[in-house]
Parts: sequence; C-alpha cells; structure tokens
Amino acid sequence: MKDKGELLIETKGLRKNFGSLEVLKGIDEKIYKGEVVTIIGPSGGGKSTFLRCLNMLEEPTEGKVFFEGEELNPKKIDIDQHRQKIGMVFQQFNVFPHMTVMDNITIAPTLEKKIPKEQAEKQAMELLKMVGLEDKVNEYPGKLSGGQKQRLAIVRALAMEPDVMLFDEPTSALDPEMVKGVLEVIQQLAESGMTCVIVTHEMGFCKKVSDRVLFIDDGVIAESGTPSEIFENPKNPRTQAFLAEVLY
Amino acid sequence: MGKGIFEVLFEFYPIFLRGLLGTLEYAFIAVFFGTIIGALIAIVHLSKNKVVAGIATVYVNVLRGTPLLVQMYISYFFIPMAIPALNSIDKVYYVLLALILNSSAYVAEIIRGGINSVDKGQTEAARSLGMTASHTMTKIVLPQAVKNILPALANEYIAMIKETSLAGTFMLYELMYTRTLLANKFLVWQPLFIIAGIYLIVTLVLSWVVRKMEERLSVSER
Repeated sequence: MKDKGELLIETKGLRKNFGSLEVLKGIDEKIYKGEVVTIIGPSGGGKSTFLRCLNMLEEPTEGKVFFEGEELNPKKIDIDQHRQKIGMVFQQFNVFPHMTVMDNITIAPTLEKKIPKEQAEKQAMELLKMVGLEDKVNEYPGKLSGGQKQRLAIVRALAMEPDVMLFDEPTSALDPEMVKGVLEVIQQLAESGMTCVIVTHEMGFCKKVSDRVLFIDDGVIAESGTPSEIFENPKNPRTQAFLAEVLY
Repeated sequence: MGKGIFEVLFEFYPIFLRGLLGTLEYAFIAVFFGTIIGALIAIVHLSKNKVVAGIATVYVNVLRGTPLLVQMYISYFFIPMAIPALNSIDKVYYVLLALILNSSAYVAEIIRGGINSVDKGQTEAARSLGMTASHTMTKIVLPQAVKNILPALANEYIAMIKETSLAGTFMLYELMYTRTLLANKFLVWQPLFIIAGIYLIVTLVLSWVVRKMEERLSVSER
C-alpha cells in the first residue's frame, strides 16, 4: 500500500434512502490522494449509490461528504466548482451524441473554466492520442464502438483536470472484446498517480490495480483491505460468500 | 343539386384562396405565440418548486381538457363582458387569444416531453463535469430535445390548421367561413366538399414535409 497522502474525500455517516428503501445505511470512509480504491459487492448493495453521493449526483439523506476539506452541500456551496475537480465515468458512457468527439471534450473546459478554445483543443488532441482515438476527432459518437465511447468519456472527464476520477462500472455495458482496452486506460491512469474510485465487477482488474478494496453489501462497507487481504483472506462471511460466487 | 363542385371551385376560387390563407395565417399565429407561451409554461412545469409546477399542470389540464370551441366562446363573450375597457378591441383578437392559449397548452406538453425524452444520463454527465444547470440545459439537453420537439411542433401546426375551422363560427375569414359566404348564394353542399378537399391536401402535404424533416433530423449526427 502506498503511503497515505493528503485526505481527499471523507464520508461521515452517509445514508441514502430511495423512498422507503434504505440503500446506504451509514458509511464512514476516507479516501486519500493518489489512492486507487475499488468497490466490489453484489448488485443492489449500494456501490453505485455510494459513488454517486461522492459528487452529489445523489444527495445523501443523512450524513456528510467532504471533498478536499469542504463539505459538499449543494444548498450551501457552488457544487459545480467542486464537480469540476471530480471526474466521473458512467456505465452507459453518456457521451454527447450531438457533438463531435472534439466538442465532447472541449465543451466543459471552454464553458466552465474559460479555457481558450485553441488551448482546449490542443489538450484534447493529447488526451485522444493517449487513448488511441486521435483519428476520430471529427467523428460523432454514433460512429464509435462502445469501447471507444467509454475511452472518449474518460478523456472528456480528464480534460477538466480533476483531482479524482470516479468510475461507475465502466466496463459493464461493453462487449467482452472491448473491456480490456478500457481497463488498460484506467490502469494507466491509476499508475500515473490519479486518485481513482472504481466500482467494478472485474475482479482480475480489481486485484491488479487496487491499493484498497471496499466490499459494500446491504448498504454498508462490510469489509475493506488490500487486494490480498480481501481476495486471499476475507474475514467477513458475506465477503467470503460473494467471492465464492464471483471467482471462477 | 345545382352547380357541380368544380364549377363552384372555378367560379369562386378567390374566396377559397383567401379562406385558405386566413386558415394558414391564424394557425401560424396560434402556434407561433403558442410556442412562446408554451415554452414558458414548460419551463415552469419542469420547476422543482411543486406549487409553481402545479400551476402549470392546472393550466395545461384545463386548456387540454376543455373543448376549444368552449374556450373561444368564453374568450369572445365573457372577457369583453368582464372587462368593459377591452370592449373596443376587435373581436378577432378574442378568438385568436383562445387559439393561442389552447395551442400553448399543447406546445408546453410537446416541449416538456421533448426535454424529458433526453436520457437522464446526459444531464448527469454534464453536471458531473461541473457544467452549470443552465449550460446543461442549453448546450446538452435542448439541442437533443429539439430533434423531438420540431416535428411535434410542425404536427401541432397541422392540427391547428384543422382547429381554426372553429374560428369561422365567429366570422373570422378562414376556410370554413367560406361555407357561410357561399351558403348565402344558395351553394350549400359544394363548398363543403371543396373545403374538405383543401384541408385534406394541405394537411397531407404538410405531413409529408414533416416526415422528410424527421428523416433528416434522424440522419444528422450519424
């Protein structure tokens, strides 16, 4: 495990209800700068909801989320300013279909950070080269494969130069042959020192890149530890049962 | 039976033409101003404030849930009666007012539906990039919603072309009013078929144009 750097994200007593359904039942967690944290667990256990609370896409019912020391409360602060530093990648890519690949990447930096168009485009080209999409720069997303769309979504988020990247099951909607390319991009990013929080079902990937693994089940962090602690020596019976189901 | 249909058409075509122009014009006015008001109603309707959104719901339900003819009567007779100061205004405007308000309710639903048809993930992606709510609406949601809204608006115009036939009841010079004019010349049945034929041709042609427009909108970006 890497040395613990500066505290980046902290949740305190995080709860989230959807109607009468309690999805998160009190989560206290700290994520440090440079850490790669993956979140595993059964479907419906609250993994994605937890991740979506970290940038207030879901407003917690109770509890607090701190980002870089400040409480994220959309009623009190300018949440947009903070979200610019929290990149997010979705299962369904959510690229903008009415814009070219280039515009997908440059729209947020030029609009919200007032970066000159030329500079934003130069940066976008570098990012596209990094993920091997430089020849698609003038295409619309409709022409891209799922894997290419997801790589576009990743660099779109990176163009805002975030301090952390959240990945919400980034490969779950991909055809099997597209998965590796996307995971390689995420791994590369993780190894470059970017703080990453990744909800995933890819256990091999999880073992490989994680500094820490959180096992979320039934709205709580049932177990957390290094990949070897979790995969080789799980202590919680629920973790054991889950891993017995998913590891082939 | 008297004269034949084509005989009447050739003899009185300027009347029908003027009626048609009136119809197209009134329908355009109704949808044009209806769109402006409808857009405002749609924005109000999408508001997070429940009371404000509720007002929009009532507005839309009342105007869509009562017959246009009743709305025209209320506008035509009741408004000048209730507010005598407005008595000097040409009655044409009261009929147009009813058409505009009626149309605005339908347009409000078209716009709201168009906005809601855009995948929620688009909004989430934009907001997660730190885009403001208004930039998300104007740069991400609306440009995609327009593809659904424009053809529906054009269809609303086509529907309004038929609805304006009610305005003839109030002596507005539109296509249906030509029936009244020619009935005075003892031409009772021929104008009905001519009028029906003109409505049919106009709506069919415009529907075809809308279909072409939809095809073009759906191929762009691909």
